Amino acid sequence: MNKPSDFAITDANEAAASVAYRLSENIAIYPITPSTPMAELSDEWSQAGKKNLWGDIPTVVQMQSEGGVAGALHGALTAGTLATSFTASQGLLLMIPNMYKIAGELTPFVLHVTARSLATHALSIFGDHSDVMACRQTGFAMLCSNSVQESADFAAIAHAATLESRVPFLHFFDGFRTSHEINTYEPVSNEVLDQLIDDDAVKAFHDRGLTPDAPMIRGTAQNPDVFFQAREAANGYYDALPAIVDRIMAKFGELTGRRYQLFEYSGPEDATDVVIVMGSGVETCQQAAEALCADGRKVGVLAVRLFRPWSLQHFIDALPKTIERIAVLDRTKEPGALGEPLYQDVVTALREAKDLGKMASEPTVLAGRYGLGSKEFNPGMAKAVFDNLLGSESINHFTVGIVDDVTHRSLPVDEDFKVASGDEFSAVFIGLGSDGTVGANKNTIKIIGEETDNCAQAYFVYDSKKSGAMTVSHLRFGPKMIKAPYLVQSAKFVGIHQWQFVTKYDVLKYAAEGATVLMNSPFPPEKIWSKLPFEVQQTLIEKKLELYTIDAYAVARKAGMGGRTNTIMQTCFFAISGILPKDEAIAKIKGAIEKTYMRKGPAIVEKNFAAVDMALSSLYLVDLPATANSSIAFPPAVAAEAPDFVQRVTGVMLQGDGDLLPVSAFPVDGTWPCATSQWEKRNIATEIPVWDPDVCIQCGKCALVCPHATIRCKHYPENALDEAPENFLSAPFKDRKITGHRYTIQVAPEDCTGCGLCVTACPAKNKANPREKAINMRPHQETVAQEKMRWDFFQELPRPERTALGLTTRDTQLREPLFEFSGACAGCGETPYLKLLTQLFGDRLMIANATGCSSIYGGNLPTTPYCTDENGRGPAWSNSLFEDNAEFTMGMRLAVDKKTEMARRLLQQLTPQLGDMLVREILMSHQKDEMSVFAQRDRVAELKRKLIGMDEPAAKRLLTFADFLVRKSVWGVGGDGWAYDIGFGGLDHVLASGRNVNILVLDTEVYSNTGGQASKSTPMGAVAKFAAGGKETPKKDLGLIAMGYQNVYVAKIAMGASERQVIQALDEAESFDGPSLVIAYSHCIAHGYNLNFGLQQQKLAVDSGHWPLYRHDPRRIERGDPALQLDSKAAKKSLQEYVDNEVRFRSLAQVNPGRSKELINRAESIDGDQRRLYENLAQVNKPKDDIGEPI
Amino acid sequence: MNLTTHYLGLELPHPFILGASPLASNLDRVRKAEDAGAAAITLHSLFEEQGLRQEAGLDAHVHAYEESFAEAGSYFPKEAEFHLGPDEYLAHVSAAKKAVNVPIIASLNGTHLGGWSYFAKEIEKAGADALELNLYYQPRVSDETADNVETRLEEIVKSVCESVKMPVSVKLSPFFTSLAHFARRLEEAGAKGLVLFNRFYQPDIDIEDLELKPKLKLSNSSELLLRLRWLAVLSGRYQLDLACTGGVHKRDDAIKAVMCGADVVQVVSELLTDGVERLSDLRCEMSRWMEDKEYESLAQMKGSMSYRHAPNPEVIERGNYMRILQSWEPADSID
Repeated sequence: MNKPSDFAITDANEAAASVAYRLSENIAIYPITPSTPMAELSDEWSQAGKKNLWGDIPTVVQMQSEGGVAGALHGALTAGTLATSFTASQGLLLMIPNMYKIAGELTPFVLHVTARSLATHALSIFGDHSDVMACRQTGFAMLCSNSVQESADFAAIAHAATLESRVPFLHFFDGFRTSHEINTYEPVSNEVLDQLIDDDAVKAFHDRGLTPDAPMIRGTAQNPDVFFQAREAANGYYDALPAIVDRIMAKFGELTGRRYQLFEYSGPEDATDVVIVMGSGVETCQQAAEALCADGRKVGVLAVRLFRPWSLQHFIDALPKTIERIAVLDRTKEPGALGEPLYQDVVTALREAKDLGKMASEPTVLAGRYGLGSKEFNPGMAKAVFDNLLGSESINHFTVGIVDDVTHRSLPVDEDFKVASGDEFSAVFIGLGSDGTVGANKNTIKIIGEETDNCAQAYFVYDSKKSGAMTVSHLRFGPKMIKAPYLVQSAKFVGIHQWQFVTKYDVLKYAAEGATVLMNSPFPPEKIWSKLPFEVQQTLIEKKLELYTIDAYAVARKAGMGGRTNTIMQTCFFAISGILPKDEAIAKIKGAIEKTYMRKGPAIVEKNFAAVDMALSSLYLVDLPATANSSIAFPPAVAAEAPDFVQRVTGVMLQGDGDLLPVSAFPVDGTWPCATSQWEKRNIATEIPVWDPDVCIQCGKCALVCPHATIRCKHYPENALDEAPENFLSAPFKDRKITGHRYTIQVAPEDCTGCGLCVTACPAKNKANPREKAINMRPHQETVAQEKMRWDFFQELPRPERTALGLTTRDTQLREPLFEFSGACAGCGETPYLKLLTQLFGDRLMIANATGCSSIYGGNLPTTPYCTDENGRGPAWSNSLFEDNAEFTMGMRLAVDKKTEMARRLLQQLTPQLGDMLVREILMSHQKDEMSVFAQRDRVAELKRKLIGMDEPAAKRLLTFADFLVRKSVWGVGGDGWAYDIGFGGLDHVLASGRNVNILVLDTEVYSNTGGQASKSTPMGAVAKFAAGGKETPKKDLGLIAMGYQNVYVAKIAMGASERQVIQALDEAESFDGPSLVIAYSHCIAHGYNLNFGLQQQKLAVDSGHWPLYRHDPRRIERGDPALQLDSKAAKKSLQEYVDNEVRFRSLAQVNPGRSKELINRAESIDGDQRRLYENLAQVNKPKDDIGEPI
Repeated sequence: MNLTTHYLGLELPHPFILGASPLASNLDRVRKAEDAGAAAITLHSLFEEQGLRQEAGLDAHVHAYEESFAEAGSYFPKEAEFHLGPDEYLAHVSAAKKAVNVPIIASLNGTHLGGWSYFAKEIEKAGADALELNLYYQPRVSDETADNVETRLEEIVKSVCESVKMPVSVKLSPFFTSLAHFARRLEEAGAKGLVLFNRFYQPDIDIEDLELKPKLKLSNSSELLLRLRWLAVLSGRYQLDLACTGGVHKRDDAIKAVMCGADVVQVVSELLTDGVERLSDLRCEMSRWMEDKEYESLAQMKGSMSYRHAPNPEVIERGNYMRILQSWEPADSID
């Protein structure tokens, strides 16, 4: 198919949302990956005043959860307005109750879904059909689109069909593979929509809306006498639906030339073997089938478009009459079922067709699963499915795309099978998130796809880290529409934008024979060969690759571009790929630069132009020798001393070869070992901090703020340094009680992200050169070797006794952090709190973690950052869902309490055998401090020794629970999206329960993980997604709500304002025998400023009155004091001073200064009112008992 | 009293204008300045360097996080950063022009040749009546000769003046080796006026925290003398209009500046301290004084004490400098 004359280049999210928006009057939204962009775009369009088909601007409202969205939609529909929404995965599940209602009431409505995995043994943000398949019983029609083009087309067809049929539609396409694939497509114009939508049906819908002017009632309760009949009354609407969709598809075909069918067969009419499939896999199977047909096979593909209601007649009509064998591919898994849903429907349909005499033959039907969690599905895998139909030993209920060496259900795949790509040009680019590679590639697509006759396709793969993430861009260009929904396997061009990847990974695996390779290398062209690993050299020679190199780092530095090498590498791509004439390409790049930057001044434009010109003059073709001779090999992914599991599994994943791991490699229940992040040496920092013992005052602030626990402190006896390597740094330990000890602060040089927060936090300055502090950033390359040696020795040094440590900043930092080297952003404001939590209570900590940033850096594989102490104890961590985390935490508390209760009862029961003294001591221990907990552990150890020798069943049972006689610290952790919005109902209930549950809210005042959408914590006057015009309502006062319960410990903390108060609050919350809520100010990349200044900005937040510090401790009431004590003074700086530093506020001030000023003034006034309220509360004493007048 | 004066081709009812400062940084303040009777309003400067830094900051702290994580391609609404940068300033010029009837003089501080003329054109498009080029520039320690500095500044002025039709004045620092000669070069380059002088904001030192502290010290009348000297020297020498800025706090300061040849006096520090309403007081006080002294008009007084007209011009010259130094005796306690 050729490029259409009227075309756009975008992803399916935008293509579908463009139609949905224009056909809606009300839109309710909530962010969830991968559907979030549809909601964001709708909000942006509404803000910009974009009109729908009827000339109105759709109203877009953000709700607190998908459940809330569904309720709001149901209301908007019931009252008669056209409504839509977008969702995926768990979000879709939250809508199910309302989906039954909406369908049961025959309400026209379309829900657009980016099909995504459901969290089971693990969360996956990626694509499969497990969410939509969980909705097939709701009464919604289900229409599946397979590509960017179809996502727009089927959105239109769904909206038209729902109005005519009255049956609501779930329109879905594959999460990420389709939702995020950028492709050339023909948009659906307003003219087409106008002709497609039946005005009478729209009027009828509007007229059916409830109104007191002609009142009716819906939502009645029905009794056994009538419910059943009434439920059957709508049957006719479902019976009529396939014909309606068929008719609308035909009309759409007339209007656009794009013709679709409910079941669409492609292949020879006399095919014997057919694969039935739904979603992006269709095009992949079609490509494989075409290749097989060219080899003489008779194979075809049946695409299922309308999955519900299933039209038997259309299905049978679409199948070739010669069919003998069918393979049904499901992109979901239903454990325990006879087969997955599509398979079951096909089997049922064939059986019914036979019974009804509609089909003579009885084809064999095999079922298979593919592509779960966006597992790659390529033509080679599709071929394996066709081949499986032929073999005498066909596997039924097979899997394809993985190696199942446990139940042996996976199909072998011919790795060498490739389909012809014709005139297509394919390219793969490997870069770092921060270097702008993806952005440059999007720009390249615009240049090639919009300004030439070529079509363009792009798909981007990211790793799971939030700092130093690797990005792989897969681009295709060609004169025809590109239908290849799978990764590029044999690229004609491979761009490696970071040298570190050349030496670590087999990046040339993407290159086709004779391909052009471009490497960004810090070495001159004549030296690069000697710096390449042997494997890379060999591949270059074997595949006859052409190698170009540029030192883009140097060019960027020279051109004043910092670390942004994207424009330079993009220029090189155009210069050597030959995809466009070089001069034309360069002119287009410069044109794009001018368009982007001219408003910001010619200096910026000229800087970029200079970078382009310098790139061309710094690009070299490398003369390759005939044989490989390098002594450099790829380094092992993990150190040799890493545990077996890490070697076998984690290491393979770290190498980027997780796809190769067989089923047997994995835990069966999602339970993974802790403490594996220590084996992943990422070396992503360009600068790392180095300690200066002479300047250091040993305060521990640098370690406290380090988001990745890469700065550690120890004091130890002087003789521990006997074996110290040369140049190991130490200073006399400054302590009034301990003498003869040395002190060291040491960075983990390979784990540091180079954020520099430690340097900013350091209060000590070198008196002779105050630019230097006690910790200073130094180039990584120059220091890593020495620091690594120091780090290795440092780890061997003895730790100070925990029981001797107090709660000063210094002492907390002498405790071992049990959360280290996570994938959080460099400079993250959340992780220092979590790390501190593990330093205080890590050896007895249980964490229930709401989905969000903290669950991603806390538990996204390949590695796990929660670790263990020398006794093997450490935080036990789990993530349930986004919405239920307070309840999940409480469940953990219940389990701990029950186990403790059982242990105490058994202990009492066994008193005669165990001895009165031991039992009494165990039962009486308060365990409110470190000393007491440690003493209890010793007692329990003694108890267990005694129990081991006892035969009574009670003793054996007690042995199971004995460790629960030692206090456990149960914490629910999550962000403001959870605590203020989606999880608030549960949080409120848990706080009201009186149970000893601790809640830590890492408050970034925005949904950080999904990209900065407003939450109810977002401050007034801040710009966020879903609040593009600036949030106009005040930040919710979660703490005050919790204080209302009286018996809840509540604290609001900010590390940058008062470390002491942070430590106190966490300690008090933990020791409080009841619910605790600690709300922690967490600076975030979504605030838009240099996070080096995160702590200063935290202090400004407090000093300006935006973030008052307080502790509300119900225990104080018993002492006759007010429960609330304020830990910060009234505002001493203006709110303006605080907000001026952050893009989230400043952008509004610049777009709409009047509105910004008004909102900030109102916010400041509200802050003042809040302060006065707190001051009053802080003076509320419990009335003293009336003891009468003195005599 | 006829206080009419002409500056940069604008006929102004009196010589008191608002100098470049935060006093006109938002529309409310611009309106207040007009209400207080400012003859013209000079806006704060658009710094091209600020745009460059902002872009570098956005690259490092906003863009660097984009397109690197599957769940979030960005962290701000698309529109959010679009307006950051010079657009804000240009919008302010435009809004200020619409909000008041008095002339609006924009101010610009560029970093490179193309930038100066590009933004000058944009400012003209935005509706400014005139442009003040703020040539505040700190050459790198040893990179540039004095002549190079002057030549480069002259090129900037020339390039801007050729790019726009609106009149352009140049705000200078007093630290030029041959200021009068340089003034002529600027006039030849197309400048219509000079603004004397820019003030340097010199950081203080915090001896506890061992940090340099940026410090804004407001001017006082003692700073006027330097301005008076150079106004007197330049007055009537070229066709350049002259503005006095820095040190005008009282009626007499303004009178002296005009007597030395200033066409207008820019007032800032006085208004920052006592409110923009002081402008009308100054105007009235000057008017009364001139009436008392039976001046006919401001034009009569303008330049009356310049080098060309003052009864004792040698005071401005070096001979007098020597005499003053010699007449200065140390206090008794110092030997």
